[in-house]
Amino acid sequence: MTMQIADSVSLSTPDAKARLHAVAARENLRTEPKAVRIAIISVAVLFLTVFVVLPLVVVFARAFSKGIMAYLAALSEPEALAAIRLTLLVAAISVGLNLVFGLVAAWAIAKFEFRGKTFLITLIDLPFSVSPVISGLVFVLLFGAQGYFGGWLRDHNIQILFAVPGIALATTFVTFPFVARALIPLMQEQGTQEEEAAISLGASGLQTFFRVTLPNIKWGVLYGVLLCNARAMGEFGAVSVVSGHIRGETNTMPLLVEILYNEYQFVAAFAIASLLAMLALITLIAKTILERQLDEGHDARDH
Amino acid sequence: MSAIATRRRTLPGFGLTMGLTLSWLSIIILIPLAGLFLRTLELSPEQFWAILSSRRTLNALRVSFGLAFAAACVNLVMGSIIVWALVRYRFPGRRLFDAIVDVPFALPTAVAGVALTSLFAEKGWLGAPLAALGIKVAFTPLGIFIAMIFIGIPFVVRTVQPVLQDLDPEIEEAAGSLGASRWQTIIRVILPSLGPALLTGLALAFARAVGEYGSVIFIAGNLPNVSEIAPLLIVIRLSEFRYADATAIAVVMLIVSFVIIFAVNRLQRWAQDRIPVH
Repeated sequence: MTMQIADSVSLSTPDAKARLHAVAARENLRTEPKAVRIAIISVAVLFLTVFVVLPLVVVFARAFSKGIMAYLAALSEPEALAAIRLTLLVAAISVGLNLVFGLVAAWAIAKFEFRGKTFLITLIDLPFSVSPVISGLVFVLLFGAQGYFGGWLRDHNIQILFAVPGIALATTFVTFPFVARALIPLMQEQGTQEEEAAISLGASGLQTFFRVTLPNIKWGVLYGVLLCNARAMGEFGAVSVVSGHIRGETNTMPLLVEILYNEYQFVAAFAIASLLAMLALITLIAKTILERQLDEGHDARDH
Repeated sequence: MSAIATRRRTLPGFGLTMGLTLSWLSIIILIPLAGLFLRTLELSPEQFWAILSSRRTLNALRVSFGLAFAAACVNLVMGSIIVWALVRYRFPGRRLFDAIVDVPFALPTAVAGVALTSLFAEKGWLGAPLAALGIKVAFTPLGIFIAMIFIGIPFVVRTVQPVLQDLDPEIEEAAGSLGASRWQTIIRVILPSLGPALLTGLALAFARAVGEYGSVIFIAGNLPNVSEIAPLLIVIRLSEFRYADATAIAVVMLIVSFVIIFAVNRLQRWAQDRIPVH
């Protein structure tokens, strides 16, 4: 009873009222009227639905438009299987190469101080800003019939263009920055103390790397490999320029999507496309999970 | 002095890893790109100019650069709205929509290309109602524009989002309590803080759209002088064995991309200098 009175008394005092108003006003200072909020959310959701959700849905809708049997039949065509095999092979080669490069480059860049570091990172980033078509073109200019090494390659009977090596090279070019870019900031943030301690306790360089550094950056490595792999399997422009489109031999999955689509074999085209779309979705889910892991690691180091 | 030297040398492998990094970088990236520039030097200035000033090349460059810029502007506006909704408001499905912003990054471009074409073709889910309104999207420059919007949207969102998240709420409250209207606070206080990030997002979306190939060529129609993008013209010239033409167009596009990266780097550095790190 007394409490209630006390409450009503304190609420009715001008001071407390002012304080309540102040809290509400503070909130109001940082947000918009409800109608504006709803309008902004609607525009954002509508835009993302039209431009991102619908294209994804249409891939699966068209892939299954003639039923699941037609879908499975399209995927078990020898041509489709050959494309899947080639895509896996090329991705394995380029992810493997870029993984080793990424680890080596991140060690040099993150663990040591030297001049021109920013410039070196810019050079590593270059492939991100080169058109995929140009990424393919540069290898045609090097290894094509009229290319700088074209004659020598022909004399020695080495096939690079219109064959697996060319596709793997172009893919490696486009996916070059992924692993290094995932690792450099992470390793810079971790500093060199743990490694220095290991070395001073008598560990060799390689032991230090495998026992100290690698466990610390394992989520970062996985993150880089994940993004690198998604791009490697999905690359179209660069591979299209160097592949020569030899059916059953140099067609990767994205190239086969193009060919089947242009031949009006829509179920087959979208069936292959649906596999690539699933790869993209799985990559995104895994990426979200990994980002959480990396954030936790970050917080653990901060505190 | 020896203290510094030993401190620097405590970790092994600098020479080896730096050597490997530079060699591998040269083999995969620098030598191939240098080859492209060397090829261009083999052309006389007159030849180079003749290729670039031919009607078809000019039109392809105009289509690519013009539409990419228009699409990047749309992305700037829509991206800002999306970032605002994702960062400032709570609504059902917010985390899901946040995650799907990355789909254009992750979805292979050829898949995006056939999906957008099928969506916007005359009998497609969106193409049919638009056709009823008399708007033709697929196989016209409008289709290229749509594909470029699709491909660029994550660049603006992912560049601006972290900056808005880290924005100090007290600045806004101060502006508001000093009598600024909400709109004035957004225009005069928030927008300038987001400025560098917005410009960076615009530049990245533009750069990506200019070079984009896979998601555009299916929906474009690829009519020379009308809906033919520059990367496609490079591919066509290569298939005709007109290497000089392909090289000249590629060099122009490459130089523009390099200028953009340089500008973005300066912009980022400028933004870092301007905003004190707390």
